[in-house]
Amino acid sequence: MNREMTMAGATTTAAADVKARELETRNLTAYYGKTLAVEGVSIRYQANQITAMIGPSGCGKSTVLRCLNRMHEVIKGAYATGEVLIDGDNIYSSSADPVRIRRRIGMVFQKPNPFPTMSIYDNVLAGVHLNSGKQRGVDYDQIVESALHSVALWDEVKDKLRQSGMALSGGQQQRLCIARAIAVEPEILLLDEPCSALDPIATLKIEELLQDLRKRFTIVLVTHNMQQAARVSEMTAFFLADERRVGRLVEISPTTQIFTRPQDKRTEDYISGRFG
Amino acid sequence: MEQAIAVTVPDRSRLLDAEKLRFQRRKATNAFMTFLVTALTAISVSALFVIIGYILIQGFSSIDLNFFTQEPKPSGELGGGIVDAILGTVEMLAVGSIVAVPLGLGTAIYLAEFGEGGLAEVIRLVLDMLAGVPSIVVGIFIWATVVRTTGSFSGLAGALGLAFIMMPIIARSVEEILRLVPDTLREAGLALGTPRWRVTLRVVIPTVMPGIATGVILAMARASGETAVLLLTALGNNFVNTDLSQPMSAIPVRAYNYAISAFEDYHRQAFASMLVLVIVIAVFSAAVRIFTGRVRYES
Repeated sequence: MNREMTMAGATTTAAADVKARELETRNLTAYYGKTLAVEGVSIRYQANQITAMIGPSGCGKSTVLRCLNRMHEVIKGAYATGEVLIDGDNIYSSSADPVRIRRRIGMVFQKPNPFPTMSIYDNVLAGVHLNSGKQRGVDYDQIVESALHSVALWDEVKDKLRQSGMALSGGQQQRLCIARAIAVEPEILLLDEPCSALDPIATLKIEELLQDLRKRFTIVLVTHNMQQAARVSEMTAFFLADERRVGRLVEISPTTQIFTRPQDKRTEDYISGRFG
Repeated sequence: MEQAIAVTVPDRSRLLDAEKLRFQRRKATNAFMTFLVTALTAISVSALFVIIGYILIQGFSSIDLNFFTQEPKPSGELGGGIVDAILGTVEMLAVGSIVAVPLGLGTAIYLAEFGEGGLAEVIRLVLDMLAGVPSIVVGIFIWATVVRTTGSFSGLAGALGLAFIMMPIIARSVEEILRLVPDTLREAGLALGTPRWRVTLRVVIPTVMPGIATGVILAMARASGETAVLLLTALGNNFVNTDLSQPMSAIPVRAYNYAISAFEDYHRQAFASMLVLVIVIAVFSAAVRIFTGRVRYES
């Protein structure tokens, strides 16, 4: 952990792009109890790129996202089959520890969820403290400041770091949650409709932020907002539920291509607003 | 067919009249029901006020400093106090809490955070039964297991009896409190790569700490008034005793013994003892209100 901490310091101060990890799913299939939710998803998420996952409600895009850091199985009865590989290592192999995997793959949720009993400062450090306790020789102030700088929140909160995170606006809370996720220095960042509870200005700020974060992380973004996918992502994956309500990947293409020349008729129907 | 169509064409003025009538009826019903629930509340609350008022009037005149500082006088003599009972209640409640609070909290955490399926359901059922068991049954159980084996009534047996009363209340109320923590907070912790037990200790429990305190205090308030359990376990004592291996007095036991005695001065002190008990429980309840006022369940 100590080694990771020093690495954390190095990466946050480095201006140059950091090579992030590549993520890949092979034939990923997810269940809720006996219900098949998503079937046969194979996607390659390129390092240092933003991959957007779009599709109508119930198409399985969030389920796929939650499988990527083994958060899916947190729900009672839920499980997944297939493979999810970080640089070739299967996080679903029997020797993989879901707790360690989640430290490598951070997650931001739909609704901002700062810890209500913690100050802004402690919220940023929550992952660091929860995982390794308080250690000597670690410059926690520095971690907080750089994480808050990374999410462009430092100037807004630097004078009230000891106040509750609940006092911030929704957009600020969401950026605080992103800071909390990146303070543990993950390699991959998963965002589950991070702007759906935010107003357009706060949304814009997060989108700008994602462009910066892409230099350090591989990002997977679930969004129901097609414009957002078009604005921020390099690759877009389109999901759709079939007649048995099982989510499937319809196509994945470079974002510029999927919105101008979709290969699948269903994608075209969706992006042109014919359904969903 | 023609007629049917004619009926579906609405007569606006008639419709409005019907609407008005319905509105008036709704208003009348509303007024009546509001009156009804207010009246019922008044009846039940006034019964409570009569009880408390009676104890207050009867007990207040007997409370002086001596009542809190002196041991009881022999029957027939006037005066004396219940210092032994106050100390006994405090001590047995404290020892009982030392046993019941960790057990209750542990059970609550298991049920709310980890317990799933059949075993958890069985535990819940047992706890609900335990909480509903008449306290005399708990008293007999402790008498048979502790008092008989040790050969003597004791403060420890009383404390264990109170622990039996408190444990299921703490377990079930704290479980409900823990369930109020939104899953989004647990997920936030888990997604940071934190083991589940640590999320429970560092995120879930601190979030509802005031509520947990409330559950514990309510259980203590309930136990502080228990009489039947203590009659069969701690028995009572007429002198100050802090030795847990010896019989110990308690406020409700003192009130009971005085109330069934033949002496006028004891009756007077029985009321005073009840008043002290009511005040103790009122203080507990006030603490609960203060704590719950601070709870925040936002996610």
